[in-house]
Amino acid sequence: MADDDEKTSSGVSRREFLKISGIAAAVPLVAPQMVEAAGEKVPVYGPGKAPMSFTINGKRYSAQLEPRVTLLDALRDQFDLTGSKRVCDRAECGACTVLLNNKPVYACTVLAIEAQHQPITTIESLSQGGKLHPIQAAFVQHDAQQCGFCTPGFVMACKSFLDQHPHATEEQIRYHLNGNLCRCGTYKGIREVIAQMSGTKGA
Amino acid sequence: MAEYKWPAPAERTLIGKRISRVDGAVKVSGHAKYSYDYNPKGLLFGKVLRCPHAHARVTSIDTSAAEKMAGIKAVQIVQKPGTEVLWQGDDIVAVAAVDEPTAEDAIRAIQVKYEVLPHNVSDAEPPAGAGEGPAGPMTEDDLENALGNQVPDAQVISDLQKRGVTFQVTDDMTKELKGYGVSDAVINALKAAAYHPEAASQPRSPYQKMAAQTQGDPDKGFASAEVTSEGVYGAPVITHCCLETHGSAAEWPSSDHLLVHCSTQGVSGLPDQYAQALKIPAGNVRAHQDHIGGGFGSKFSPDRWGIATAQLSKSAGGKPVKYMLERDSELMTAGARPSAYARVKVAAKGDGTLVAWQSDSWGTGGPAGAGSPPLPYVFEIPNQRKQHTAVRTNQGPARAWRAPNHPQAAVITMCALDDLAHKLNMDPVEFFAKNLDMTGPRAPIYKEELPLAAELMGWKQKWHPRGDKSEGPIKRGVGLSMHTWGGRGHASNCLLSIHPDGSVDIKMGSQDLGTGTRTAILIVAADSLGIPMNAITLNIGDTMYPPDGGSGGSTTIGGVSSSTRRAALMALDQLFAKVAPALKAQPADLEARDGTVRVKSEPSRSLSWKQACAKLGAMPLSVTGKNPGPGNLINSGVGGVGMADVSVDTETGIVKVNKMVAVQDCGLVINLKTAESQCYGALIMGISYALYEEKVLDPVTGRMLNPNMEFYRLAGLRDIPELMVHMMTDPLNENRGVIGLGEPPVISPGAAISNAVANAIGVRVPFLPLTPDRVLAALEQQQKAGA
Repeated sequence: MADDDEKTSSGVSRREFLKISGIAAAVPLVAPQMVEAAGEKVPVYGPGKAPMSFTINGKRYSAQLEPRVTLLDALRDQFDLTGSKRVCDRAECGACTVLLNNKPVYACTVLAIEAQHQPITTIESLSQGGKLHPIQAAFVQHDAQQCGFCTPGFVMACKSFLDQHPHATEEQIRYHLNGNLCRCGTYKGIREVIAQMSGTKGA
Repeated sequence: MAEYKWPAPAERTLIGKRISRVDGAVKVSGHAKYSYDYNPKGLLFGKVLRCPHAHARVTSIDTSAAEKMAGIKAVQIVQKPGTEVLWQGDDIVAVAAVDEPTAEDAIRAIQVKYEVLPHNVSDAEPPAGAGEGPAGPMTEDDLENALGNQVPDAQVISDLQKRGVTFQVTDDMTKELKGYGVSDAVINALKAAAYHPEAASQPRSPYQKMAAQTQGDPDKGFASAEVTSEGVYGAPVITHCCLETHGSAAEWPSSDHLLVHCSTQGVSGLPDQYAQALKIPAGNVRAHQDHIGGGFGSKFSPDRWGIATAQLSKSAGGKPVKYMLERDSELMTAGARPSAYARVKVAAKGDGTLVAWQSDSWGTGGPAGAGSPPLPYVFEIPNQRKQHTAVRTNQGPARAWRAPNHPQAAVITMCALDDLAHKLNMDPVEFFAKNLDMTGPRAPIYKEELPLAAELMGWKQKWHPRGDKSEGPIKRGVGLSMHTWGGRGHASNCLLSIHPDGSVDIKMGSQDLGTGTRTAILIVAADSLGIPMNAITLNIGDTMYPPDGGSGGSTTIGGVSSSTRRAALMALDQLFAKVAPALKAQPADLEARDGTVRVKSEPSRSLSWKQACAKLGAMPLSVTGKNPGPGNLINSGVGGVGMADVSVDTETGIVKVNKMVAVQDCGLVINLKTAESQCYGALIMGISYALYEEKVLDPVTGRMLNPNMEFYRLAGLRDIPELMVHMMTDPLNENRGVIGLGEPPVISPGAAISNAVANAIGVRVPFLPLTPDRVLAALEQQQKAGA
């Protein structure tokens, strides 16, 4: 944990951040920039665009982004990875679910700048060479999708859930997969997917 | 000449089977492209400044600061100073910028001043006498109301003579009225009516009382009845909450040609709407859509924001501009189901035979009021009196919501009938069964469905007289509802080509809402041509393809399946004519089966599909199958039954659904898998609106209090119980042809769940959604009444 405190994912240490926040108003618009604060040189990002780089689905991507840009918008608008959707835009519906460091996150409420230096996995990586991941194949088989807009987020949530709970109980399914919402009403099929993948009765 | 009919059951290779959707793989892999995903190089991002007031007049707009900002490429005033704004969130100014954050900054830099006007967002019961009293000159709404409610000609003429009109009577208008069958006498009175333009701008009562409708002799009916039940029932305004918000990307490939990627339920219908607004020929507008993230009735128009997006693109030199609504804008402005409430009196003989109905209903659809739901629903009770009052509010405009007006009608009617059954000391299944002869042409299907649903629900074991007498705070109950819908297929054109190399392609302007339209088209084409589905290339969702109807009213499946069937049979006719000589047979003796073209009576005399198509010569054959067209391939009118089993915690007021059953008829099923999915989805959506959904407006500010997805609550996976769906697929139903299914099964859940709650706790919770506070309030009232 000590290391985490020292260097956060954005590359800004907590100490540096505290110093920067005290001087932010005086920062010129060009970024990134080293400024002198409390007798030390610290990097400052924003409010203009700053260079950022990411590891997405095992590939390196870089872009000039404002620090206020979310991971979701960076994925979609900068790198054309449009499988993750913006629906509620406030961490309520899960349509933007991606894996950050192998953990599911709502990409709409993660800042891109904070997602640097950690592996990011999106829906686009799941099927390789046109071959569906078994979870995806099960989604098709059980018709666990209609309009399909919530589906990529649900597939990612299910994958992460099954990785962590290979033999899920019904109660675990109901609890862990309640963070994704569907309007067409495909939950029955999704429960069948989980049941099939985990060998439980489920649905 | 082919005979245009569906293949006999034994000959169907794909129709009616369980087939996985053909676009399943592209959707689960995140590669399906929605309008929202359109991301061309150089794309500009739109944003819209929205009115924060429920009712206001725009007095001034200053966009100068925004225009000077770096990265801003276009600014478009959507509603000019002087415009009266009738709901919160209406579009005022739109901007386009190089990225979304810059567009947001520009919106914040725009200064708009408003004269705030008084608002009304309440759809509470109209006070006595509301909407009556001296009527001013007739508005277009008044006239429409009178003509639409069969007010006698003599009264309309006398009203026109006495009251005059607030609008100018044009030749187009009278021509249109004549087209609707309005009599010459009324049209002449309309032409002669005094014109009072000043009255149009005078404040009007929010209440618009429609003409009362009477059937039979309601007074006599009630007098003859042995048991009468009275109650108030209803459902509030809810939203569509499409996950892909409304919106589009627009660009101008040349100065008078527009290309739009628009999230829409009706691709073919878009060009004309853009053309009218932008003053370009409709033929110069191309619309495209691969996938749509939900519509549910709310996505047929480009909307104000869509037209503004096209204008922004034009101002930005034709560069693509994309604007999709934010979640809050979506919930505030992009679709609401009208509310409907009613005070109902309904009566029966002692044996349960219905004799009389009276309802005073009201509801709001926003600024335009709202029409009456079809009351009484499903049951044609012989003696009726009903009157509806439309309430104009600043709630935001209504849009068609999956089975418009039917879920509300079901809540009002089926809950009133359930209360009457309770008063009669009858099991509701027996009571409904007793009156099924009043359900008109669908009676035979209901007679089959009702016992079937009861069996699937385990009704006999679960039902008890109202009020679960078991110990403990958790009470359990069951309830039922019935519904009906039309669903006749819309106009459709299927352009089918067979090429000399054996490849087949289909082009249709239709769209797949996620109901499985693509899959259904391919099932019909492949089954008809005797080749695998993946041997056919299907192109839909573009105005470059032959026009198809909008996907509303459950009309798509009938439209596309029948046009495709006709196209395939026409194509085979032509192909057989070319192939027959090679097989030394008559064209009429051939059939296309199992990837071959062969002699029916001697299947070994055959050519492979590819060899057969090679006989076409150098040119492909191309045909267009149409709907309407020859043969009885489609039909209209379905019936369905819904049942619910719930548990209610009488200490917390929380309702939990334990099980739902849907038994549904839709004629010939094309794809059983996606048909069942429609029903499962409808039950889930039904649980959602029965228990959670309501567009909540603050009476003080007129603003929506829950324009987000934590407080505009949708059902989640953990809210979903055991679901059972049974499709009526016996030959009798199949012989009717294909009928739409998207809407009907969503109608009954609200009423069925409300009835189950009443059965559990022994008292009616009058209005949806059945939230804990409403359940506890009903229990409290019951306690007070008992004390």
